[in-house]
Amino acid sequence: MTSTFKASIAALATTTMLAGAAGAGSHSNLEGTLRIISDMSNPAPRAIMESLAADFDAMHPNLSVELEIVDREAWKSQIRNALSANPPDVINWYAANRMGPYVDSGLFMDISDWWAAGDFAGLESVQGAMTIDGKQWGVPYTYYQWGIYYREDIFNELGLTEPATFEEEIANCQKILDAGKKCYSIGSKFLWTAGGWFDYLNMRTNGFDFHMQLAQGEVAWTDDRVRETFANWRKLIDMGAYIDDHQTYSWQEALPFVVNGEATAYLIGNFAVPHLREAGLTDDQIDFYQFPKIADVAMGEDAPTDTFHVASGATNIDAAREFLKFVTSPDVQTRINGPDGLGQLPVNANASVADDEFIQQGFEMLSQNATGGIAQFFDRDFPAEMASIGMEGLQEFMVFPDNLEDILGRLEQARQRIYK
Amino acid sequence: MTAVTDPTVPRSWMQRNRMTVTPLLFLAPGILFFAVYVIIPIFQSFYISTYEWNGLGELSEQGEFVGLRNYQELMTDRAFEVSLWNNVKWLALYLLAIPAGLFIALFLNQTIAGIRIYKSLFFFPFVLSQVVVGLVFSWFYLPREGLLNAVLGFFGLGSVNVLGDPTLATYGIIAAGLWPQTAYCMILYLTGLNAVDPEQIEAGRLDGAKGWRMLWHVILPQLKPATFIAFVVTIIGALRSFDLISVMTNGGPFGSTRVLSFYMFEKALSEYGFRMGYGSAIAVVLFLIMLVFIGYFLWQMYQDEKSARR
Repeated sequence: MTSTFKASIAALATTTMLAGAAGAGSHSNLEGTLRIISDMSNPAPRAIMESLAADFDAMHPNLSVELEIVDREAWKSQIRNALSANPPDVINWYAANRMGPYVDSGLFMDISDWWAAGDFAGLESVQGAMTIDGKQWGVPYTYYQWGIYYREDIFNELGLTEPATFEEEIANCQKILDAGKKCYSIGSKFLWTAGGWFDYLNMRTNGFDFHMQLAQGEVAWTDDRVRETFANWRKLIDMGAYIDDHQTYSWQEALPFVVNGEATAYLIGNFAVPHLREAGLTDDQIDFYQFPKIADVAMGEDAPTDTFHVASGATNIDAAREFLKFVTSPDVQTRINGPDGLGQLPVNANASVADDEFIQQGFEMLSQNATGGIAQFFDRDFPAEMASIGMEGLQEFMVFPDNLEDILGRLEQARQRIYK
Repeated sequence: MTAVTDPTVPRSWMQRNRMTVTPLLFLAPGILFFAVYVIIPIFQSFYISTYEWNGLGELSEQGEFVGLRNYQELMTDRAFEVSLWNNVKWLALYLLAIPAGLFIALFLNQTIAGIRIYKSLFFFPFVLSQVVVGLVFSWFYLPREGLLNAVLGFFGLGSVNVLGDPTLATYGIIAAGLWPQTAYCMILYLTGLNAVDPEQIEAGRLDGAKGWRMLWHVILPQLKPATFIAFVVTIIGALRSFDLISVMTNGGPFGSTRVLSFYMFEKALSEYGFRMGYGSAIAVVLFLIMLVFIGYFLWQMYQDEKSARR
């Protein structure tokens, strides 16, 4: 804790000097108050957000930055009130469909002309995730890879290697099961972890484009290609690859299975790594591999993007614009995504990627091996209501795979109503 | 003294009407708040339930009038059906708190050393927040580490995942809810028992009544007011069950533990909930169910008042 604190103080001091020198001439004309509401409430992200606000405040002597940090989970329901009554200037949210309702209701500001004016150079590759109806509605500040995190030491002990194909994956899994362990840990109490499995199985079975068509409601859930995805999933379920009773655990509660070696792998985002390290696993014991190939389709990846937006009711638009420019600039990106900060991937192509085994591997995978495309995540690519009904069905399938017909029928009914 | 009673001095309007005005003034703040926070929102819910609206922006601009279509959809919505049935289960099983509370109260209604400690211990769960109760019971039910399975294992029985099993989960949550509710009913009965007339018991004893007959014919009739209040709070508690479900299962597994209030929250206000109109329709149905009970309670209270005045 203290080390993080010291590091952020140090980082704050250096960037303040740098930014002060660079920014003094050009941006000091901003004045008034810049109000930011952020959901970066965990200790490390919170320190980052606070330092960003302090730096920006220091860069502009006539501007005062007012930062309010809201609990990340609570923010998901508070954002409505925050945007409707007395909206702040800048807020945190998520990319893709997750911003749909706020875009449709006119609560986010259209910032296409800022993008067009070249404010966000280096962000071209992530522009798509911020685009709805051909316009941009915010900027990203971080993203992270998903993949299979596994116990390297147990793999070595059992003589297994990282699988590249689904057959190898299943063969590995059989050996793990024979050794009296489970292949995968998962906690599906809050449903979304099951969405990750479906994303990968569907992108590997039918390809990225098909997955996106399904997300956009253009394909029926009762389509044979979707059934094939579930058939592949069922192979794993039937062999007993997943831990028992996963519907009772949250994703954090399922981590001890990996830590204790009762399960050898976990399909999850990179945010799980710090937890595994805190639980006592060293980098020699954990490793990461890309979800293996199933059909001969280009590999798509999940890499959820977290974002900043300007409220349509913002009062200090000039300052908001400068702030978005500031957080996406290469050196700020390098710093906030570094190992002392978020420990994730910078969105700016000119920023440098932290020297961390997992961040480097993730960066390499996303920049070279994700030839199919980069998806956000089940609950961000699918419209909110479809996502919630869908993930409930996925969880049910994982526990009672025989209910598949019933589940698909229900999802199809929901699809026909939701995408009118 | 004489000035006040002197009929020739004209009295102010306030003085003449104070028997009407004073109670009205005392009532005014209550009525105002009740109207703003209860009555008006009820009618707003009716109104919003006829719209398709995501809860963002203005209803008049963003909402689309759909008439009774939300209610039509409710009729075919399986999740709604599950919620409704679960509400029925809650109503029926929650009432067990009343007899359980009564028997604990009878058991504790004795004068022995340290009885206050026992009473406090039995009352203790009611003091706990529902969230804490939910957490404690979730740990109790945990499939591997939980105390329940440790006990079952000790007797050589297989393990059971109460909250992960769609057929058991609702009963598991109701059992958790019964713990504090029983304590509440017990307190109501303990105060009721203080008011039981000892002379009637004495008379009953002279006539040879004891045990069950004494309880049924002499004590229970005198506990009628306590029973009524216990019934009211238990019914209301069952219908507004929400926090335990949210903490223990979050509506899962696969929506099998939802009740109407939770389903309304999910559809209208939660992370993925953008259907304010549909949520309002669910709320209206829940309100109509509650209205049956509220109507009965009010009628009952009115009858009591009437007989008390005679």
